[in-house]
Amino acid sequence: MSFVDILRSAVANSVRSRLRTTLTVLAIMIGAFTLTITNGIGTGVNAYIDTQLSSIGAPDVMNVTKPTVATEETDGPAPYDPDGAAEISAATGPPGSTVLAMDDSDLDAIDGIDGIESIEPLVSVRPDFVEWDGNGMFQLTVSEFSAGVSLDLAAGTGFDQSTDELQIVLPTSYIETLGFADDEAAVGETVQIGITEATGAQQVVDATVTGVQNPTLFGVTASMNDALTSALYAVQQTGSPAAAEPEYASATARFSLDETEEGIQAIKDDLVDEGYAATTVSDQIGTFQAVVDGIILVLNAFAIIALIAAGFGIINTLLMSVQERTREIGLMKAMGMSGGRIFALFSSEAVFIGFLGSAVGAGLAVVVGLVVSSVLGTGLLAGLDGLQLITFAPIPLAGVFVIVMAIAFTAGTLPAFRAARQSPIESLRYE
Amino acid sequence: MIEPALSARSLARHYGSGATRFDALRGIDLDIARGESIAIVGKSGSGKSTLMHLLALLDAPSEGSISIDGTDAASLSGSALNRLRNRTFGFVFQQFFLTANASVLENVMLPLTIAKVPRRERRRRAMAVLERLDLAEKAKNRAVDLSGGQKQRVVIARAIVGAPSILFADEPTGNLDSATGQVVEDLLFGLNRDEGITLVVVTHDEELAERADRRVYLKDGVVVDQLDVRTVSAGRHA
Repeated sequence: MSFVDILRSAVANSVRSRLRTTLTVLAIMIGAFTLTITNGIGTGVNAYIDTQLSSIGAPDVMNVTKPTVATEETDGPAPYDPDGAAEISAATGPPGSTVLAMDDSDLDAIDGIDGIESIEPLVSVRPDFVEWDGNGMFQLTVSEFSAGVSLDLAAGTGFDQSTDELQIVLPTSYIETLGFADDEAAVGETVQIGITEATGAQQVVDATVTGVQNPTLFGVTASMNDALTSALYAVQQTGSPAAAEPEYASATARFSLDETEEGIQAIKDDLVDEGYAATTVSDQIGTFQAVVDGIILVLNAFAIIALIAAGFGIINTLLMSVQERTREIGLMKAMGMSGGRIFALFSSEAVFIGFLGSAVGAGLAVVVGLVVSSVLGTGLLAGLDGLQLITFAPIPLAGVFVIVMAIAFTAGTLPAFRAARQSPIESLRYE
Repeated sequence: MIEPALSARSLARHYGSGATRFDALRGIDLDIARGESIAIVGKSGSGKSTLMHLLALLDAPSEGSISIDGTDAASLSGSALNRLRNRTFGFVFQQFFLTANASVLENVMLPLTIAKVPRRERRRRAMAVLERLDLAEKAKNRAVDLSGGQKQRVVIARAIVGAPSILFADEPTGNLDSATGQVVEDLLFGLNRDEGITLVVVTHDEELAERADRRVYLKDGVVVDQLDVRTVSAGRHA
C-alpha cells in the first residue's frame, strides 16, 4: 500500500465511524484549544512587554548605579564611613531602596571601562507645569529615562537627540487637556514649560512637541530630548550653591550595538569589580518576561494534561477500531500487506484524529481569542493601549499542531502495534 | 515430471506443548500440480483448514516443509512472502470478509492497492473483473447491501483481480443456498478449467468435492484417502 493510499484509507476509516471519531476529536480539541489560547496570551503579553520596555531604553544602553555595600543580616548596622558617599533614593528598583550617590569621578571611572562608549548622568528635572496657548497650566512628570529611548508613538516622529532644538513628546492623555484638537494637531506646536530655579524664582521654557506617546505600564510621563533636559536642568540648578558638586542616582552608559551577549556580560563584570551595578534593557525585559513565561508554562502544563487525557481517548478509539477490523487486518495480511504498513495505517489514523482535533481546537481558539481580545481591548483593558491580549503567531500555532499530532501518534502506537502483530489466521478465525 | 505448484513434505502442525499439546496435522505429504483442482475434504476438526493455512503460507508448519514452484517457503524473507501471497494466491472465504462499509469496487481493488498498483490502473482492472462476473453495476454499492451470492462473487472478483496462479477457497458455498452455491461453484471451476488457475477447495461438502479433479480426505490430521477422478473415470474431463 502506498503512502497516499494509507493516508486515504486512514481518513476514510476515521470518517466511517463518525460518532467515535467526533468524540475523540472533541477531547483533543479541548487540549488544543487551551494550548493555543495560553500560547496566544503568552505571545500577546510578551509582545506588549517588549514594546513597553523598549520605551524605557534602547538595546545599546545600560543603567549604572552604585549600590550600597550589602550588609550581611547578622552584622548589624554598618559603621559610619565619613568618606563614603551619601545614599540617595534609587531612581530604579523598588521604592525606598537606596543607592550611593555618584559624582563626576564615578562617571570618569565608568567611562574608563572597556566597551563603554559614553556615559551620561541621569539627571532628574522637575518641571512645575506645562501649558499651551493659554489653556491653563497642568502638572508635568518627566520620564527619568531620557537616553536611548524608543517611544511607542501615537503621532509625530519622536525627538532628535542630536539637535539643539528643545523637543518634547507628550503622552496622549495631555492632548485634549492642553486644548489640542487631536494627536496630530499637537505635533509641531510650541508648549510652555514652567520650572523653578534653586533660588525659588520660576522660569518658562518653550519646547516644540515632536510626538505624542501612548501611555505605558510605567505611568503617564512625558519624554524630552537631551537639549531640553539640559536646558531645564540648567534652570533648575541656577543659584544652587557653587560648592555643591552635582550628585546623581544613576548614569546611562552606552556601548556598541554590535556587542555580543558575552561582551555585555564582560562590561557588567568589569563594572561590578569597580563597585557599580548595571542593568540593560534586556535584563529588565527578561525579568518581566520570565514571570509571564512562568505563568504560561503552568497553563500549558494544564493543557498538556488535558491532551494526555485525550491521548487515552485515542488509544481507546483505536483499540476499538482494531478490534472491529480484526478480520480486515487479517485479510490484508493474508493478501500480503506487511505488518509495518498495518502499523502505518493505524498510526496515521491516530495522527489524522490528532490533526482534526488540533485544527478544530486551534481554529476555535483563534476565533475566540480575536473576539475576546477585541472585547477586552475596548472594555476591561482599554487603559492599556497597544495590548492585544491574545496574539497568534504562526510558529507557536504550528507548534500546537506538532505537539498534538505527536501525542496522538504516541497514543496510536499501542493499538497500531497490536494490529501489526496480529496473525492473519487468528484474525480470520475471529468472529 | 512437471514440478508441482505446491508441494508439502511430512507436514505437521501442533499447538501447545506437554499435556495440552494438540496435533492438528500429523505428517502430510501432498503435491498439487499446476492447473489442477483439488478438494481437501474432512469434518470440522480434521485439520483441513490448518492444512490450507499452511499451504497458503499464512502459518508456518511445526515440522516438515512446503515448497512453492520448487522454492522452500521457509527460506523466503518476510517481504518476499508478502509479495508471493499478494501476487500468487487468491482467497475465497466462507464468511466473505468484505469491508462492509466500503464500496464493492474498493473491496475488489484491495489486493491491487496493497500491491501499490497506480489508482487508475487498479480501477480499470477491478472494473474489468466485475464486468466479467456481471457485477459492474454494483461497483459503487456498499458491500453490506449485497445478497449472499453477490457477496461471494465480489469475493471471487477480489481473489482473481491480481491474476493469481493459485486460488484457495475455504468452504466457498458454506453460507449460500444451493442455487447460489451452484453459481459460485460453476464460477470457481470455470476459472480452473478456462484459465488454468490452480484451485484448492477446502470443504466438508461431498457434492462440492466431487467436482474437483482430485479429492484428499483428511481425518484427525492425517490423509486417510485420496481419489483422483481423472484415473477413476478417465476421459470424463478429457
